[in-house]
Amino acid sequence: MHELPITQSICSLAVQEAERVGATKVYAIRIKMGEYTDYVPVIIQEYFNVVSEGTLAEGAVLEIETVPATLRCRACGAERRMEKFRMKCPACGSREVELLTGREFYIDSMEVETDDGD
Amino acid sequence: MEIKVVKQIMEWNEDVSAQVRAELSSHNICLINVMGSPGAGKTSLTMKLIEALRDKYRIGVIEGDIAGQIDAETIKGMGIPCVQLQTQGACHIEAMSVQHILPLFDLDGLDVLFVENIGNLVCPAEFDIGEDFRVALLSIPEGDDKVVKYPLMFSTCDGIVLHKYDMLPYFDFDDKRVEQDVLDCNPKARLFRVSSRTGEGLEAFLTWLDGKIAAKVKG
Repeated sequence: MHELPITQSICSLAVQEAERVGATKVYAIRIKMGEYTDYVPVIIQEYFNVVSEGTLAEGAVLEIETVPATLRCRACGAERRMEKFRMKCPACGSREVELLTGREFYIDSMEVETDDGD
Repeated sequence: MEIKVVKQIMEWNEDVSAQVRAELSSHNICLINVMGSPGAGKTSLTMKLIEALRDKYRIGVIEGDIAGQIDAETIKGMGIPCVQLQTQGACHIEAMSVQHILPLFDLDGLDVLFVENIGNLVCPAEFDIGEDFRVALLSIPEGDDKVVKYPLMFSTCDGIVLHKYDMLPYFDFDDKRVEQDVLDCNPKARLFRVSSRTGEGLEAFLTWLDGKIAAKVKG
């Protein structure tokens, strides 16, 4: 249910960007979403279909790409995929790790139509 | 045609949480985000903390609930300024809601502001409300698998309270398992075992909390 305000944000950011480049329609919104987040893509698309009604982004498809959660180990230097959301190096077992990726949540790009037929 | 955008989707909340943090910092107020399931004992624990800390700090409370005024009335009954935030169905508190409520408090007359978040182990974890630190409650009757099931909640908090600890003999709750799960998902978090009913473990938690509050309030 926390996806609703998030979806409103996606819609308004997309419309702003579309207006900025003079687009007449948004076909697709490409989103990068970290694996270590609590958002549900299907729900976001469902909400989007409603909140985008009557805007330039109406009918746009959200292409949500999951970014794997990865860790960097300060002890052994390894950069690995996080296992079971454990803050623990999969290579050496050290807890001296930092999250490299996995918390992303941004609009990366959009597919739009412009008046010059592009 | 494709256009490059690169816009943070949560920017609206992050901008406002930074404003809340700045506003509270200018008054040397420490904001504590208290999270946990419905029935974990957030209000009971908050009341114990108020009793223990009220001679030392000037305390205010924001009570978040989907509906009703019950918790706010309980806190006000203690003579503590409290505002009930009704989210009208929303499952979490956002920074904007806190920002709207701050003017209802006399900020020059406060040192500590507790925000009791909506009872939920999922959504509140994603929303920075301008807090200085986060405390998550996990009560014994909820079961010992919650840290693994809701890793984001427990990985984003600074202190974790195993609450209703006096109930331990009556439930199959593997205390050591939770300790290990916390270590796995959030090695920096401090774990406390507390019963608000008997007072067990409260002192250790208060000492930690007081240290964190003092660091902020004294600037």
